[in-house]
Amino acid sequence: MDQEKLLFLKDKAREARYLAINALGNFGVGHVGGSMSVIEVMVALYYSEMQVDPENPKWDDRDRLVVSKGHSGPALYSVLAMKGYFDRKELLTLNQPGTNLPSHCDMKRTIGIDMSTGSLGQGISAAVGMAIAAKLDKKAIKVYTIIGDGESQEGQVWEAALLANSRKLDNLIAFTDYNKLQLDSYTDDINTLEPLTDKWAAFGWFVQSIDGHDFPALIEAIQKAKAVVGRPSMIILNTVKGKGFSFCEGVVRSHNMVITQETLKKALEELNYSEQGV
Amino acid sequence: MKEQRELRDIFCEVLMEVAEQDERVVLLEADLMLAAGTYPFNSKFPDRTFNVGVSEANMMGVAAGLSAMGKIPVATTFTPFASRRVYDQVFLSIAYAGLNVKIRGLDPGIAAQLNGGTHMCFEDIGLMRNIPTMTVVEPVDEIQMRRMLPEIIKHPGPVYFRTYRMNADKIYNDDYKFVWGKPDLLVDGKDVVIFATGILVQNALDAAELLKADGISAKVYNVHTIKPLDADTILSAVKETGAVVTAENHSVINGLGSAVAELLVENYPVPLERVGVKDIFGEVGKLDYLFKRFSLEATDIAAAARKAVSRKKA
Repeated sequence: MDQEKLLFLKDKAREARYLAINALGNFGVGHVGGSMSVIEVMVALYYSEMQVDPENPKWDDRDRLVVSKGHSGPALYSVLAMKGYFDRKELLTLNQPGTNLPSHCDMKRTIGIDMSTGSLGQGISAAVGMAIAAKLDKKAIKVYTIIGDGESQEGQVWEAALLANSRKLDNLIAFTDYNKLQLDSYTDDINTLEPLTDKWAAFGWFVQSIDGHDFPALIEAIQKAKAVVGRPSMIILNTVKGKGFSFCEGVVRSHNMVITQETLKKALEELNYSEQGV
Repeated sequence: MKEQRELRDIFCEVLMEVAEQDERVVLLEADLMLAAGTYPFNSKFPDRTFNVGVSEANMMGVAAGLSAMGKIPVATTFTPFASRRVYDQVFLSIAYAGLNVKIRGLDPGIAAQLNGGTHMCFEDIGLMRNIPTMTVVEPVDEIQMRRMLPEIIKHPGPVYFRTYRMNADKIYNDDYKFVWGKPDLLVDGKDVVIFATGILVQNALDAAELLKADGISAKVYNVHTIKPLDADTILSAVKETGAVVTAENHSVINGLGSAVAELLVENYPVPLERVGVKDIFGEVGKLDYLFKRFSLEATDIAAAARKAVSRKKA
């Protein structure tokens, strides 16, 4: 990846983190941890790898993204606003009465969202259905889905994994946001997923395991996944929950956190990001 | 009189006709194609049949994804697996997401027969009618299946339809005109109205005959659409008779009886008796035994009607 593109993507990630923490901090509580761990993959998808058209959000031949871990909504909303799906001022309505931006992704409310999610394990099945439909219609589109590591304890994830392999869905590219933490504690302490790479490989998927905050690795892995023929792809993103801010980064209880105005101020200082020129 | 052909075969035949006209129609199965009678569809439309294996939760999610891409998926399994097993998937991935999936619940209630209590679902109407936007219907015989299924497919939104799959009682004639959502008046009468659904419709008709001997004249409706309930038709029939019986192959909790009771108590309270399963689990057996075991026979409906009529006079 050339330096210019890398700097561009990194800048977009900082902007997305800024918008997301600002929206969450403005409300005062929210899913900080799992939003911050997926910023890079969402930026990589929307600013490099996905075929979408913010001017025509329902474009039939767009790639689809199902954020199966629906509580990462605030991260997705930030990237969608940056792409121009809606005004970024709307981000400050997060979870306010009557908002179009609820905690969990809602395709009926938010422009640019391809599937409603929030009850874990369900989104990946919908992504499988979309990939099947795309094959049926001979559309050359890709369906992306992001699942959580805690979410991977849901049996439905593995039902979907079986079927995606059985149906040879090489148009399906899934990510696991492997930030090693779930709501209550470390995933390894609660109900370990290990060996996670082996599990997906055993289910017949093409598996890659990368640093989920490293853009060159992300882009390379997605492009490799796009080229795979005859089976679905899983890209395991080794990430840090709450990435980017000392108050939440790697913090066990960062799943849903209170953010005081003081915390927000300190977080914005750490990010050293100025809204001017945005 | 029993139909010559099994209802599952009629379903498959009609679905193939509809699918011929509308290429958006796709079929999802969870390893029950043999029971569901859909092998002919699979043979005719192999690319549009998705047998996902024994994974009903995933089937509902996959159906949602197909719908999000513009397909009209029809997902089939036995009623317990089409409702209580996949409730959250149906709620969120289908209804909450605003997607258009048709869910076919096979062998409701005592129709599960030899599959026994584990498979005997007396709660599916209740579960499904509690989901906003969900339509809940039950086609009762061949003619009604032929008229109703194309409308189910056309309806823009999720539909749960529970259906017996074997040789149903013949209720309708060829000249039957199906109107979406509107209960059918099968027998007219003035003393009591019986609102029946599913395999209890025939028992309700038999009950009306029995009541003649007591000098009680009963109206009988087939309420094929439990949600949305047609308030106008129900209320006008109730106003004419002043006494009501509901009859359903379902729990008396949250089924047709509850739906009618809710409507009446807020609009026109009159004596109401509910025939249905009295908050107990199912058990294994054949239909004749199960009708008796759960007090769902024509005599039970007739007794309920007498009681409703006597309460009216009291």
